[in-house]
Order: sequence, then C-alpha cells, then structure tokens
Amino acid sequence: MNMVQALNTALREEMRRDKSVVVLGEDVGRRGGVFLVTEGLIDEFGEERVIDTPLTEMGIVAFAIGMAMYGLRPVAEIQFIDFIYEAFDQIVNNAAWYRFRSGGMYNVPLVIRGPCCGGIRGGMHHSQSNEPYFIHTPGLYVVMPSTPYDAKGLLKSSIRSDDAVIFLEPKSIYRTIREEVPDNDYTIPLGQARLVQEGSDVTLVTWGAMVHLAKEAAELLREKRGWSIEIIDLRTLQPWDKDMVVKSLEKTGRLVIVHEARKILGPGAEIAAYISENYIDLLRGPVKRVASYDTPYPLAHEKLYLPNLAKIYRAVTEVMQW
Amino acid sequence: MSKTGLIDTPFKPVEKNVVEEYKTLLEDALGFKRAVDEEGRVVDEELLPKVSEGEIVEIYTYMVRARVIDSWLLKLQRMGKVALHAPNKGQEAVAVGAAKPLRRDDWVFPSYRELGAYLVRGMSEEEILDRALANADDPLKGSDFAIFGNRKYNLVPAPVPVGNQIPISVGAAYAMKYLGRDTVTLTFFGDGATSRGDFHAGLNFAGVFKVPAVLVIQNNQWAISVPRARQTAAPSLAVKGLAYGVPGVRIDGNDVMVVYKIVSDAAEKARRGGGPTLIEAVTYRLGPHTTADDPSRYRTSEEERIMERYEPLRRMRKFMESMGILTEKEALSIEEEWNSKVEEIVRKVLAKPPLPENVFFQNVYGEKPWFIQEEERDLEETLKTMEELGLSYKE
Repeated sequence: MNMVQALNTALREEMRRDKSVVVLGEDVGRRGGVFLVTEGLIDEFGEERVIDTPLTEMGIVAFAIGMAMYGLRPVAEIQFIDFIYEAFDQIVNNAAWYRFRSGGMYNVPLVIRGPCCGGIRGGMHHSQSNEPYFIHTPGLYVVMPSTPYDAKGLLKSSIRSDDAVIFLEPKSIYRTIREEVPDNDYTIPLGQARLVQEGSDVTLVTWGAMVHLAKEAAELLREKRGWSIEIIDLRTLQPWDKDMVVKSLEKTGRLVIVHEARKILGPGAEIAAYISENYIDLLRGPVKRVASYDTPYPLAHEKLYLPNLAKIYRAVTEVMQW
Repeated sequence: MSKTGLIDTPFKPVEKNVVEEYKTLLEDALGFKRAVDEEGRVVDEELLPKVSEGEIVEIYTYMVRARVIDSWLLKLQRMGKVALHAPNKGQEAVAVGAAKPLRRDDWVFPSYRELGAYLVRGMSEEEILDRALANADDPLKGSDFAIFGNRKYNLVPAPVPVGNQIPISVGAAYAMKYLGRDTVTLTFFGDGATSRGDFHAGLNFAGVFKVPAVLVIQNNQWAISVPRARQTAAPSLAVKGLAYGVPGVRIDGNDVMVVYKIVSDAAEKARRGGGPTLIEAVTYRLGPHTTADDPSRYRTSEEERIMERYEPLRRMRKFMESMGILTEKEALSIEEEWNSKVEEIVRKVLAKPPLPENVFFQNVYGEKPWFIQEEERDLEETLKTMEELGLSYKE
C-alpha cells in the first residue's frame, strides 16, 4: 500500500468508527482530492460528511473550527499546504488558542491535513515546507509521516486528538514508497519518534521525505567512509521526541538534522538550540543542519535547493572530522 | 455632518433614488449581455464595439494564437518539457476581448489562464515558451510554473493561490488615482476566486475608494471539480459587486465582441473617475483544470460536447463570414500559418540552455544579506562534493 492509500484507509476506518468524523475541503468529493486521498469517501459517506466546499482556505478552516467546537471531528484538507496562509489567522488565533482563551472550556479537535514539501517540480506555490510557522504556535500538534504504515497510524491518532493537529503529507513520497499496512485498527501516539536504523558514529534526525534521503546518505557514508549512522524519524515535530534523540546522542555524541524546511528558524534550529542548552556535554562536535536554502522555493534547480546527498555527506564529514 | 463627511444619516431607510438606481444595476448584474450569438449572428447592434474590419481580424488572430500556443504547451507538458499547464481552450474570448481595448500604460493582473491577454500585451510565443520551460531566457528566472508576466508589458505575474492579486490590483489602481494618472487596472480571476476573502476585501476597497479598476471574473463554471453552484448561492457572480457598491455586469464571455465593448466602456468610465466595474464573463473551460486534472471524474463528456458549440473561435469565424470580413477558409488558414510559425519557435526554444545554478539566490532581496552570500558559497561547495562523489542534480 502507498501513503495515499494508507491515508484513505485511515479516513475511511475513522469515519466508519465515529459518526462525528467529517471530511471537508476543495475537490474532496467527486474528484476525491487532487491527490486522491479522499477518493471514494463520498460514495460511502455522502455529501454531508464529505463536503466539497467553496474555494477558500480561510472559510474551510474557520467552518471546521466551529464544527469541532460543537462536537464534530472535522478533517479539513488544504489542497496544497502552500495555500494555507489565507487560513493562518484562524489557525493561530482560534484553532490553536481557543482552549487557552476559554480557560479550558472549549477545545478544537480538528485535523488540518494536506500535501506539503517539494521534490516534484511543483514550483514555489506547490512545494513549501511551512511547518515552522505551526511549530512556533503553541496549542498545535504538528505531524509529518514518512511511510504508509506511519501515515495510517498517525492520522488515526490525529483524528482522535482533542487538540488541533497540522498533519503534513510529503507529496513526493505519496506513491513512491510502498509497504504492508495492516488491516487492523492501530494508532501511533503523537510525540513518539521512530528509530529508523541504529548506528554508532552520528545521529541523523529527520522526518518526512528526508528519511529516505537520509537512508541513502547513510549507505553512501558507510561505503565511502565506513561510518555508522543512526537515523531517527521524528514523525511528530511538535512536541518532538527529545528522549529518543538524547538517548541516541549518549551513544554517538554527534548530531546532524536534515529537513526540507528552510534553515533559518527551521525545526533544526530549535532542536540544535535545545540540545546545546541542555546536553552540551554529550556533544563531540557542533550540531549541523542540512536544510533548504533561505530563498523562496525555486522551480529551477530544486535538487540543488533542497537537502541532497552531497549536502548531507558534507555535514556528516564535517562533524566527524571536528 | 461629521468632520470627515463619511458618516451616514442614521435611522432611516436608504433613499428612494438609490433603490431605483440599484434596480437598474441589478438588471445588468443578473442579465446576460451578448452582441453575437453562438451561430455568429448579431443579436444586439448596440453591443458591437466600434472596431474596424482590420481590428476584428486582429482580434481573431490573437484568439487563434492563444489556441495554438495553448495546444503546444499541452504537447510539451505531455513530452515532459513543461512542468504543468493550465489549458486555455474555450476561454480565448475573455482574455483577448478584455485585454485588447486597454492602453499600453494600463496594468493587467492576469490569472494563469489568459494566454490571449499575454499575447495582446506584447508577450511573444517565444517568451511564453521560455517562461514555461524555465530556460536561460525565462524572464521570471525559474521562480514558479504556469505563471506569466513581464513588467515591460505592464503585465504582473499571477499568483498560484487564486485571487490573491485582486486586492493588490485595487491598491495599484488607488495609486494611479492618487498620482493623478488616467490609467486603469484590469484583473482576471476565476469563479472559484470569488469565494475567497481576498475577493471580498478587494471589492470592498475598490468600492469605498472608487478606484479605476476593471475586475473580470472568468466564470468557466468549474473550480477544478467544484461547480459554480457550490461557490455561491447567489444567482450570479456579477451581483456580488453591488453589495460593495461596485456595478456588476454579466456578459457572454465567449462573445469576444461584447467582452471588448463592456471592458472598453468600463475602462473609459474608470479613467474618467467613474470608479470600478465587476464583469462576470460567462464562459466554459473545455479542457481539464490543469494537465494534472482528470475532468471525467466530475463531469460528463456529453456536457463538454454540448459546450463545444459555444466555443469562441467557431463563433468568431461564423460572425466574420456573415459580415463578409473573412471566409471560414481564410480564417482557418490563419491557424495553419501560426501552427507552423510556433512549431519553428518551439524548436528554437528547446535548444536553449538552462538557467545558471545559482539563479535562485538572485532577487530574494535587492542586496544579498550575509546569509544568502553564505548559502551561495555553500552551493558552490556542494557542487564540488557532487563532482567528487559522481553525483548529478540533473533530471
């Protein structure tokens, strides 16, 4: 099963399990979503639960916040996560903060999901990794799966969460990664990372599509240099699994963070700062970040703009040779 | 009267003459103006613009050129040379008819489906292809796909998030008025965009500040898979203007003559200080939303077949023939002529080199801050490492 099918399965199972789960967004009905994540749901659950909305991200999110406050569990699709900014006011000022603002009397069990990130020659308005904006907002969970198995388990947990979740789906691996996904109902708790592979020299923290690039890079580094790389897939970016990262650093003493978001104030900045503040004694060299460059996402030369094998290779080499 | 003179007299109904005025405005906003019907017959002489026979042929030629370049972009996308294309077929009359009556110094804010307007503004097929292929001559330097524009032609590149150029174009129109110019802005957007906050803010500002703006809705019936009836419960899109004090006119967007006439009148009114106009051009997207879309999931081929009858080029040929301007055969030969011209341009453009590797560090800021300079050096190092490792970034 690929990630699109896994997400579709998660939505279907949750809608069958709980009548309060509704799906809404642009083109989620007959079209099944532009990436077909909601394909066929309208046939099973009808127009009242699979809602093709007018074209407005602000409207979709605000409408869903109201639904969520009244007791539904809406899953709002943003067609491309790049279009979410129209809804930013609603996400930050309302979805994330109603609980706090109301002294805990109201909460917003809402999932906002959509395709994110680059690598498909999508240009600047179809490729953004804008998770830093959401990580910076208290009250939101921020999730990004890297495999079909995780996608299903994480989306189910997100739907069952009593807080708002920004669920980001790296579209470059929507269909390229396939694996067995069990039929049964399983969840993956939010906030728990996955140890992708064990290693002893460097800890490589990453998520989303970069997990697969990191694996390739680790193989290249093993071949060329004989170094052993431990890879951690964070899966949830807020709150991130610091325990797993610290445990790994106790072994390796070296940290490289790889992400598609731009470097300045990207998630790597927070992880690096947190580790330096609290665990500097574990480090045997500087924390390195491999990120996209701090320019708008360019259509031309996106492979040079995004993290790539050579960039990871250089960062790991620098840390190892420190 | 308040100091600003802006306060309404409270506690009484809107004055009778305003109610009467709105009755007339409602007729325009809920009606359907056309000069030429789908069989090319003149149905309303008064709505025919005052253009010469030569200009009519010129208008038709622009529509043909838009059709030809559109089909080439589709072909090049299928060949993997163009990342994505949003087909224009069926909507040529709105793009050409609205852009044509404008002056060079007016500003156009297109959406991504106005090839005809880009051509009218002065973009050549070669420039359109350079842009679509993001090669070394791309005026937008590989920034994004499916958007076109060039300051040379006062043509502002469209955003991909639909309609967010609407309030921006209204701001530009305010600047024109503020600076005492007699220029106007022409803004294109789709039916879907009328659901967005940007549309409402834009229309509201346009009305309040009475700016010289012509706002054209390309109502092609479908926002990807969502039909117009899912965008609004209002009986027309043009009627939305009235709520903001902006007159709305609903017209046949496949009749290039009426598009020209109504936009021309709206632009002249705006130039004279008469304020903005919202025009709903009713048309039909004959192709998919983009090359990544499959319309068979949400509409029938029967519907598309029926709508072919209303397509604007066929109508224009019939109109020109009945007016004795061009025979159908002569009209069709223009298409053949442009097909072979563009084929040659395609060959030339495909041979052009790519953009330089560090192109995306340009134009982030006017002057490069230290971190951009650092990252540019990082790219140089990365390219060296790639060479050492035998890696390539090319497709």
